[in-house]
Order: sequence, then structure tokens, then C-alpha cells
Amino acid sequence: MSTNIAVIRFPGTNCEFDVLEVVQQLGAQAHIVFHDEPGLGNADAVVIAGGFAHGDYLRPGAIARFSPVMTAVSEFAASGGPVVGICNGFQVLTEAHLLPGALQKNAGLKFRCGPTDLRVESSDSVLTRAVATGDVLSIPINHFEGNYTCSAETLAELQSEDRVLFRYVNNPNGSVDDIAGICNQGRNVVGLMPHPERACHELLGSTDGVGLMQSLLDSASRS
Amino acid sequence: MIFEAVVEVRLRAGIADPQGATIERALPALGFEGVDGVTVGKSIRFTVQADDESAATALVTDLCHRFLTNPVIEDSEISLTAVATSPN
Repeated sequence: MSTNIAVIRFPGTNCEFDVLEVVQQLGAQAHIVFHDEPGLGNADAVVIAGGFAHGDYLRPGAIARFSPVMTAVSEFAASGGPVVGICNGFQVLTEAHLLPGALQKNAGLKFRCGPTDLRVESSDSVLTRAVATGDVLSIPINHFEGNYTCSAETLAELQSEDRVLFRYVNNPNGSVDDIAGICNQGRNVVGLMPHPERACHELLGSTDGVGLMQSLLDSASRS
Repeated sequence: MIFEAVVEVRLRAGIADPQGATIERALPALGFEGVDGVTVGKSIRFTVQADDESAATALVTDLCHRFLTNPVIEDSEISLTAVATSPN
């Protein structure tokens, strides 16, 4: 049976079809799971796609965290299943306490949108196993609240446990330690602000996201 | 009893406040001198039913911690005012 990816859609999510398209392009299956569903269907991995879940009201991810589907996502993550949150999905994962820290408004209050160079800092995660540490990937960002912040203790923990997966080559948003993406201790839950699903076709200007999406599919087929 | 609750949410000390900084930078151009320390937060108002003030405080504190604020970056201050002794 081919690998199957559940793509979570909240009211206001807008990147779910880009993820679906890329997963299918890479030869796997994907299906949309709406936020009020209690289960994930037959999923080998979960992607929380970008957008503005519940309008980003109160704070990005604050309301999405209480959607029924998040109970299933938390259980899936706890059982070791691969979970990736992209952009707004990263914000949802921090609000749900599946990843530490928080994403606040960009330094300088600038909405950042454009290709960004990311350095892969660890190939040990469900999203980076098919790329090499030190690789520099061109992946677009598109966010207003991507300024990663956390306590000094959390930062030290992320650094010492090699859980910073991506750093910006040129920090666009004020993130502490240039952090663009992190993982949990189990290395199966990953959050990142850049959009790898938007860098998977020559027509989009970069195919550097393919290695990341392929990593997820490889991880999914093993889980 | 019914209490009117006002929750003021503000960024924790040490967390950058780009909105406050941007407003502060704009002030001299508008002719406002001597204004410092601008910070931007939000205020959330609602009514809450509880047996007494300490029960209401406990409920709103829990609400703040679990939902209205993100404790990684935000603090909150709660004000309660009794407005009625029982619901209509």
C-alpha cells in the first residue's frame, strides 16, 4: 500500500492543496482532514498546512489548538508518528505544546514574503533525513509572525540536543539564533516557517523542497 | 454572583515589542516629544458567573493561563468588578 499523508485543514488554512499536490507528485497519497474530525483516517504522517487557522484570532494557533482533530494529532505524535507543521502549522504546534517556544511578530513589523536561504543543521529528523547537514536550500517564506522566541533554558536545550533543524542564512524576521525550524525530542514532530511545498517544481523557481518532502514520505513509510 | 472581567494582556519583560517601538518612533514626527516606553497589548472583556470573587479569580486565572495568553511571551493582569448578585 502506498504511503498516505493526512493534511490538516482548519477554517482559514490555505496551503493544504499545495501539500496535496506535492505528495501526489512524489508518488504518495494524501487526503484532507477537516479540523472537526476526531481521527486522521489511515495516515502514515500528518502535515499541518499553512494559512490563518481560525483567522489567527487571539494569537496564531491559539484556537486551532482546541480543534477536535488536534487530540488525534497529539496522540499520533506521541506514538512516534511523523508530524510536520509548516508556517501557521508551526504556530499551531507551539500553541499545542507539541513544540517549545512561540512565534511572535516579525522584527520591524515587516510581512516577509520571498525565497529564503536555509541551512540544514541536522539531517536527523522526519523532515531532513534525505538532505545533508550543511546543505543550503532556497525555500520561500510568507509570514508576519515567524519570529521564533523561547526561554534561554529552552534555547540551550534545543542547541545541546541538536534540535535546531534549519537556520536562516540571512535572518529575515528576528528569530532567536536565526532559527527557522526545530523538532521535538523524539525528532518526529517538526515545525518550520518556510514552505517546502512551494519549492517543489521548476516553475516555482526552486525544487529544493523536494528533498524535505521526500524525507517526510520516507519517514512515513517507515512508521 | 456575576463579575465583569477585564484581562489586560501584555508582552513579558524582555520580549521585543515591535508595535510599541514603531509607535514610539513615529511620535516625534507628529510633534509629540517626551513620550517613552510605549508598549502595545490587548484587553479582553467578558462577564463571569461564580460563587464569590476568589472563585471568579481562580476561573479567570486558569482561562488566562490556558487560552487567553501564551505564557512563553505574554503576561496578564486581571480586574474583576461585581455587577450583580445573581443571574437574571
